[in-house]
Amino acid sequence: MATDLIPLGDPSLRQKVRLELVVNEERRDLVIDGYKSLLELLREELQLTGTKHGCELGECGACAVLLDGQLVLSCLVAAVECDGRSVQTVEGMQNGPTLHPLQSCFADAGAAQCGYCTPGFLLAAKELLERKPDATRAEIAEALSGQLCRCTGYLQIFEAVEAAAAQLRGGR
Amino acid sequence: MKKIGPPVDRVDGPLKVTGGARYAAEVPVARVAHAVLVLSTIARGRITGMDTGKAERAPGVLAVITHKNAMHLPPQPTRETRASQGDHVLQLLQDDHVLYNRQPIAIVVADTFERAQHAAHLVAVRYEAAPVDVDLLRTRTAARAPHPPYHGTVAQTLPVESRRGDVAAALAAAAVRVEEVYTIPAETHNPMEPHATIAVWHGPTHLTVYDSTQGVFEDQRKLAASLGLPRENVRVISHYIGGGFGTKGAVWSHVPLAAMAAQKVGRPVKLVLSRPQMFGPVGARPQIEQRVVIGAGRDGVLAAIRHEGRSSVSQFDQFCEHFTAPTRALYKCPNLDTTERVVSLDIATPCQMRAPGEVTGTFALESALDELAVKLAIDPLELRLRNYAETDPETGRPWSSKSLRQCYQTAAEKFGWSRKKPQPRSMVDGKLLVGWGMATATYPANVRPASAIATLFADGTALVRAGTQDIGTGTYTVMTQVAADALGLPVEKVRFELGDTDMPETPTSGGSCTAASVGSAVHQACLGAREKLARLGNGGGADPSVDEPFAAQLARHGMKRIEARYDAKQLETRDRYAMRAFGAQFVEVRVDPELGEVRVSRAVGAFAAGRILNAKTARSQLLGGMIWGISMALHENTVYDPKLGRIMNNDLSEYLVPVNLDIPAIDVLFVPEDDPYVNEIGVKGVGEIGITGMAAAVANAVYHATGRRIRDLPITLDKLL
Repeated sequence: MATDLIPLGDPSLRQKVRLELVVNEERRDLVIDGYKSLLELLREELQLTGTKHGCELGECGACAVLLDGQLVLSCLVAAVECDGRSVQTVEGMQNGPTLHPLQSCFADAGAAQCGYCTPGFLLAAKELLERKPDATRAEIAEALSGQLCRCTGYLQIFEAVEAAAAQLRGGR
Repeated sequence: MKKIGPPVDRVDGPLKVTGGARYAAEVPVARVAHAVLVLSTIARGRITGMDTGKAERAPGVLAVITHKNAMHLPPQPTRETRASQGDHVLQLLQDDHVLYNRQPIAIVVADTFERAQHAAHLVAVRYEAAPVDVDLLRTRTAARAPHPPYHGTVAQTLPVESRRGDVAAALAAAAVRVEEVYTIPAETHNPMEPHATIAVWHGPTHLTVYDSTQGVFEDQRKLAASLGLPRENVRVISHYIGGGFGTKGAVWSHVPLAAMAAQKVGRPVKLVLSRPQMFGPVGARPQIEQRVVIGAGRDGVLAAIRHEGRSSVSQFDQFCEHFTAPTRALYKCPNLDTTERVVSLDIATPCQMRAPGEVTGTFALESALDELAVKLAIDPLELRLRNYAETDPETGRPWSSKSLRQCYQTAAEKFGWSRKKPQPRSMVDGKLLVGWGMATATYPANVRPASAIATLFADGTALVRAGTQDIGTGTYTVMTQVAADALGLPVEKVRFELGDTDMPETPTSGGSCTAASVGSAVHQACLGAREKLARLGNGGGADPSVDEPFAAQLARHGMKRIEARYDAKQLETRDRYAMRAFGAQFVEVRVDPELGEVRVSRAVGAFAAGRILNAKTARSQLLGGMIWGISMALHENTVYDPKLGRIMNNDLSEYLVPVNLDIPAIDVLFVPEDDPYVNEIGVKGVGEIGITGMAAAVANAVYHATGRRIRDLPITLDKLL
């Protein structure tokens, strides 16, 4: 029911809503305020603060997460839309203690400077490399152009994504 | 220590790629309520009425605080009585005056963020609005001398006027003369992490604040003074900061307001600015107009420079952009006049933004020099070499070190400058015009007093602490390296902690001073700990770099640890030498002659900044600076509505910053430099020099490509068509 469209101003938005979703491969059964965005659900309700609050306008990419494997800006997604769906955040990228190659390459290349844009970049890059394991620099630039980095560490980010792509292709 | 430190991986890297690094708004605090600011919609006038009833009755609302019910604060500083660079005149709901658009006029607190946001929209405000004056280039308000910046503190200030020789006579006699005006719009910092504050009271007199700040101690001082608390009752913590670039270099109104709100509701309060709120109440680079007059001989030797101009400031506070600072230091020139003036407008107070003064000044000066080179048909690089300042032209003091010649040479060679065809529009790539430009980069080597504590443990590890900040620059990493180096330990054995006013005092992270200042303190504290260990005797001379004796010595004396503190002072040599970092910027642009679109296709920067502590983090800083310079040249422009005084492009789709598709191939080259005088560790700082000169290099390249000289930033396509 939660995925049906609810008009803005509908009193039901003020109601508590039951929501079942999978976050980072863990089933979550939640009762939340109907007006919550996915971003606020992750940060305030689940304490998954790796997903960043940058503009709330869908302009900066800091809040990007994967919803059923698709890259979405969680500030623009109503939490109720996520009922029965699966969300992946930066906290779910590593495999036990082992960092995802994108994570280790970002750390190695110094692609995380102030680090605030980093989680969004990581998920955007992950989505790209799953779709296109041999992405060229131009394709990487295109795919990541919804993500802003004000430290402007873009070259280091390219270097990190290319290194991770090589590792992933090598099956490591 | 090596001149160029190893590219050690950032110690905070793993936390930042896993979401484990907690920024100010992410610190878990029990029972935290959420606050949202209501900002004024006029730029000058009075609030004549506020209807807060609807907001107060909205679900979840805990308080709506306005000037009518805000806590009464002790007298606040004014423009005339402010005590330091960070001591801004704030708007803390103490009266009904509106001084600028987007001034905080109310704060709404609710149990959830969305409910606070919703209720903030329900606050209805009536104003008596007065006409506004916000545009530096159109105002009729006269420029004036800036107010003395601070009172009774140690803060360094730069002179707003300087004179040497006889400029009028030298200009009259000069064989050639260039006289032009250069303008820069307001620019807005926009770190990715918005300003964020969590205020937690412990009883009525003790306050802890988690803040996104470049200066925890400045924060502590300002909070204490604003709220009338003893300084030691306020603790500020800032472990991770999502960028600052100057906007987080001082406390703005929202920080004390968060504390006032927390006191009102009797709960901790979290306040995060929205992206649109980042435009206005938290500073900006001022609007600037500069006139540069240069007189020279036919051989290009400079006879005189007059550099004067004005920058915008608010009606109620002071800030002066010191754009003539680089002109006073860059070239040998016997006659020089510099004057900085300000114009009070109905805007929020501007502030430092990456390389204040140096980046704005070099845009004007380095553009004007390019115009002189064109007039004389001398290569722009050759022109700069003919006027090379072997000593500081203002004081005559020797440089503590200067490797600018090597920077020019290294960068020019890598760029292929000698292949430049001098005529404009003479180089093409298909239908695109290609242009090459260059400029000099410079930034002063700032050091401010800092302290640190080093503790050695019996297990062979060390903990080093200083209250400083890591604003993304790599403080955690380079301090760990400096400590490891001084202790003779591998970096894995050293932990460095920062971001807390309970730790030893350090300066605000601004002016590229953190690596040099805190690094020197860390270095000395570590040497002090080694010395203490050695003085224990009985094993004296044992090498603490070997775990065994290090731990064993402590054990032999029945000690679990040994601790040493260092309070850094300014080095005496700072008065005997002039100290600056220098660099050379070379840029290639491609311009579409039909569309006027400019793309930077290539850039090379070579920099000499003393010892480079970590090649990886330093490269990131310099790359970031250069891209900021490209952005300043081509993109950034904070646009004011002339009638409402409101910033119109107050989000990241309208205020343009570079995305990764805008980034060309960039080479950052380090010129090794050994400077025994600048500070204990020979570091000049690299956070800001990378942006300096860059906007001029781009403008000079655009001239070379098109034959059009753009003196008004940003260089947008309408100016080229």
